[in-house]
Amino acid sequence: MKLTLALAQINTRLGGIQANLEKHLALITEARAQGADLIIFPELSLTGYVLQDLTPTVACRPRADDPVFHPLLEASRQLDLMVGFVEEDTRNRFFISAAYLSGGEVLHVHHKVYLPTYGLFDEGRFFAWGDAVRAFETRFGRMGMLICEDFWHASPPYLLWLDGADVFLFQSASPGRGLTSNDRLETARWVDHINRAYASLFTAFVAHTNRVGYEDGLHFWGGAAVYDPDGLVLVQAPYDEETLTLSELDLNQLHRTRARLPMLRDERTALVLREMQRILGDGNRQSGR
Amino acid sequence: MLKEQVDLAIHVELAKRILTGFIHSEITRMGFQRAVVGLSGGVDSALSCTLAALALGAENVLAVRMPYRTSSSESLEHAQMVIDQLGVQSLTVEITPMVEPLFERFPEMNAMRRGNVMARQRMIILYDQSVAFNGLVVGTGNKTEILLGYTTLYGDSACALNPIGDLYKTQVRQLARALGVPPVIIEKPPTADLWKGQTDEGELGYTYAEVDKLLYLLVDQRYTPAECMEAGFDEGFVHSVVERVRRNQFKRVLPPIAKLSNRTVGYDFLYLRDWGT
Repeated sequence: MKLTLALAQINTRLGGIQANLEKHLALITEARAQGADLIIFPELSLTGYVLQDLTPTVACRPRADDPVFHPLLEASRQLDLMVGFVEEDTRNRFFISAAYLSGGEVLHVHHKVYLPTYGLFDEGRFFAWGDAVRAFETRFGRMGMLICEDFWHASPPYLLWLDGADVFLFQSASPGRGLTSNDRLETARWVDHINRAYASLFTAFVAHTNRVGYEDGLHFWGGAAVYDPDGLVLVQAPYDEETLTLSELDLNQLHRTRARLPMLRDERTALVLREMQRILGDGNRQSGR
Repeated sequence: MLKEQVDLAIHVELAKRILTGFIHSEITRMGFQRAVVGLSGGVDSALSCTLAALALGAENVLAVRMPYRTSSSESLEHAQMVIDQLGVQSLTVEITPMVEPLFERFPEMNAMRRGNVMARQRMIILYDQSVAFNGLVVGTGNKTEILLGYTTLYGDSACALNPIGDLYKTQVRQLARALGVPPVIIEKPPTADLWKGQTDEGELGYTYAEVDKLLYLLVDQRYTPAECMEAGFDEGFVHSVVERVRRNQFKRVLPPIAKLSNRTVGYDFLYLRDWGT
């Protein structure tokens, strides 16, 4: 089976949800015209990234009666889409969220599990932490969604893999940092390395799209890309430009790569569980919480 | 890392792309198309002016020369070289008749006070031209001088946006060279030109090449002062720079507001400047 994937690498208006929605709808139409089956947008694509006190004013609910999601759900009858937004739950907690829409339905919502609150980041101050990492069924097979810092940690992609995801959809609003004599920022190099590694280690497809543009002095670098189950780059969007980049994924490559390299078949999940229980049961452990 | 191994080299094409994009984005989203730059004849303002011209088009940049009667003629000529090379719009406003009455009122003014008055007078002219030219003031302060506080508060540090404030002086020189700033401007000793014979390195007591490497280890690489000494820096030098960076924090932040209410600007009223754009 083939899947034509469109990576929307866009700039956004900070807190300008209506303008951002209109850009989404225009790109969805364009992607459909170019034959895309699925279009994916960056983190917080409907709102902009450094929201701070704008957070409660841009929150929405992924339902047909929501004025932002209504037109997106209608558009999802044409092709599948993944968008980034702020969800306010019934208890008024705000989550950095990704929604996968298809055929007029919300198939899945992921709440960002890792909120970077260090260095230039302050997400934990404004948002609630997501508490689940789940794969979900689509008409192209089982997929998983993660948001930026989620895949700077190895465990969420690993969990999605065990939960059956064969296509990983990653979205970012990554502020570039680390200018050296290299032709890429350290951030861009790092994200490319880990996504290539996930595709290779999990013998799966990884599609990543990132913001472009600026918010005050922060610069979002773009560089959207798709990696195949051999860890090869299928497509790489340019840095720093708004683009719509299409890539045809031959999903049968999963069969060919895994016939050669049975990493998934041989994964010792029971061993992982035993060792995790031992490590987590040790009151003196030195890692995480 | 030993101090000889510190490499401050940058990829100039990447820096140019990010910084011209920044200038264009931050000026146009505020509703402007144009920029105003104070051009001193030194490398920092030559670089900011070049980046602004690349980002907005030379016709949309106003370079302002603001000499005082003791300013060196070389500074004025070097500024003119940049204006001619870029083809930006230009204006020369002598500050002597504006600042001398204040100097006469307080004849005991030392060089520092006089230098601050001159820097602030230039700020007044730039912000007035900002309105007259309908452009935003693009800053010219580099990372070295921001960290060392080698700047006049509300004077040369005042600007609407600063494209070069995260580049050390060493990196400013590298980028300026790559973007075609005349070598004579890049190679001459940096000076605030507030009095005859003044040089930055003479006043600071060390060279930019040396202090940039130390600041890189302290700030970017989070080395402790002791680790910097192990890397080969002199103990007295390290302590004086660490103390200077700390002492000048007040120049890098907005004045603190005494908190009384539940929501106070600067503490829990938090929005980017780009809010809504």
